[in-house]
Amino acid sequence: MSFSGLLWQLFAIVLALALAPLLTGWVNQCRAWMQNRSAPPLLQPYYMLHKLFLKDVVLAHGASHLFRFAPFVVFGCMVLACAIIPTLSTDLPLAPAADTIALVGVFGLARIFISLAAMDIGTSFGSLGGRREMLVGFLAEPALLMVIFTTAMISQSTSVATIVETLAHRDFIIYPSMAFAGIAFTFVSFAENARVPVDNPATHLELTMIHEAMILEYSGRHLALIEWAAGLKLYAYSCLGLALFFPWGIAEGDSMFGLLLAIPVLVAKLAIGGALLAGIESVNAKVRIFRAPEFLGTAFLFAVLGLLVRLLLETRV
Amino acid sequence: MSAAIPLSAQLINLFASVILLLAFAMLAQRRVLPLINLFALQGLTLCLSTLVVAFTTGQAHLYGSAALTLVLKAILLPWILHRLVRKLQVKADVEGLINIPATMIAGIVLVMIAFNVALPISQLSSAISRGTLGIALASVMLAFLMMIIRTKAIPQVVGFLAMENGLFLAATSATYGMPMVVELGIALDVLVGVIILGVFFFQIRDQFDSLDIRHLEKLKER
Repeated sequence: MSFSGLLWQLFAIVLALALAPLLTGWVNQCRAWMQNRSAPPLLQPYYMLHKLFLKDVVLAHGASHLFRFAPFVVFGCMVLACAIIPTLSTDLPLAPAADTIALVGVFGLARIFISLAAMDIGTSFGSLGGRREMLVGFLAEPALLMVIFTTAMISQSTSVATIVETLAHRDFIIYPSMAFAGIAFTFVSFAENARVPVDNPATHLELTMIHEAMILEYSGRHLALIEWAAGLKLYAYSCLGLALFFPWGIAEGDSMFGLLLAIPVLVAKLAIGGALLAGIESVNAKVRIFRAPEFLGTAFLFAVLGLLVRLLLETRV
Repeated sequence: MSAAIPLSAQLINLFASVILLLAFAMLAQRRVLPLINLFALQGLTLCLSTLVVAFTTGQAHLYGSAALTLVLKAILLPWILHRLVRKLQVKADVEGLINIPATMIAGIVLVMIAFNVALPISQLSSAISRGTLGIALASVMLAFLMMIIRTKAIPQVVGFLAMENGLFLAATSATYGMPMVVELGIALDVLVGVIILGVFFFQIRDQFDSLDIRHLEKLKER
């Protein structure tokens, strides 16, 4: 671990913090264009965060400490996840801190805290949202793990950095298993990030919402942190997907040039990914909550199929 | 290890995976018309896969099989089925005996069994596409499952046809295809089978006012 490595790690975290609201804004803008609406400005999430940070916090009477700490825990988890996932380089000091399975655990920790906080006040919508979130989470997590196992079998390691290095350095081979895993990962990230087929991020209809229902009671800087954490989660999932399935352009080692090159590549990939996300969201309708298990079951199916196909077709000596 | 797989084998593996994917998609499909379209797509993928095998191995008769597959399974049979659906005015969704997620899990179990059964067999074969034998067996079993759990007549016929797709893939992957005579015979069989079943559909509907084959279980005249 060198000093410059440490600096780059810090830079990667700051970049994540800065880019996450921008990514959310970009997705919202693309979505508005595709739906023939006039788009909100690209920097709208920043204005939102700024406004929320200036406002006072209003706490419900029954709020416990958990309710106040949860936004910080959730935000911390997401920052940690963004630091572990190789966004710019595979050789950053925090990369060996956790492998992919622990990474899924970090997401799980954030989910547990936000659900507990939602139930803490005791309003019906909060606990409804919390329960739905846990339903989606417990179905999405195994699928995500299966996706990760598929990639881990190809690279013989569960460390994200090693997976990305192995995948980026292979000759170009068509992996049918990776195609299955990619589809499954897309499904899972839609569900996890409260996107359209499972949840609508723009909804104000209490009966259908999941993520929004959980944070109804939050205000001021708490809400700002949670919104920022949601942006970071989208960023983290996008970067994980890009790292696993399109690993080209991520720097290895801490050469100045490679790292500087990695930044525009990352931004370009995120821009394309965000536009695609908005496109998929625009052509899909939100499914009933009772269909969500079917949606995530399909994701799990794809992931398992990827694993099986990997075992059958690609492990010949 | 994987780097040693030539491009043609990669393509064959890819097409085989797509066929497996489509088999699952058919299993999960609730509506009749998309089901037929998926079947046509599976036929097309099968044709492409056969073409790649033919090109790689230089087996001339496989081009014939590929053409036969294209004409019969990707164009003619879906067209006949489409016509049938239009004439019978099937509107209702396909309903299964068990719900879709449970079907999917049963499907995964079947795939695991098929892969395990096929592994020792495919090691005996020296064909370039031997790895896909497991997938072929899996698609046969998935089609079987579809025939078992569907209650309406048309999805059952599609399941029967999909099973034939799986058998064809197995033949191509294990031994570079069956002799032309056998293939032509099977093709004719399938075609005639569908036409006869089409006539049956009308009979069933006239008799019971429905295409639900559970009515056939009652033996007594009313």
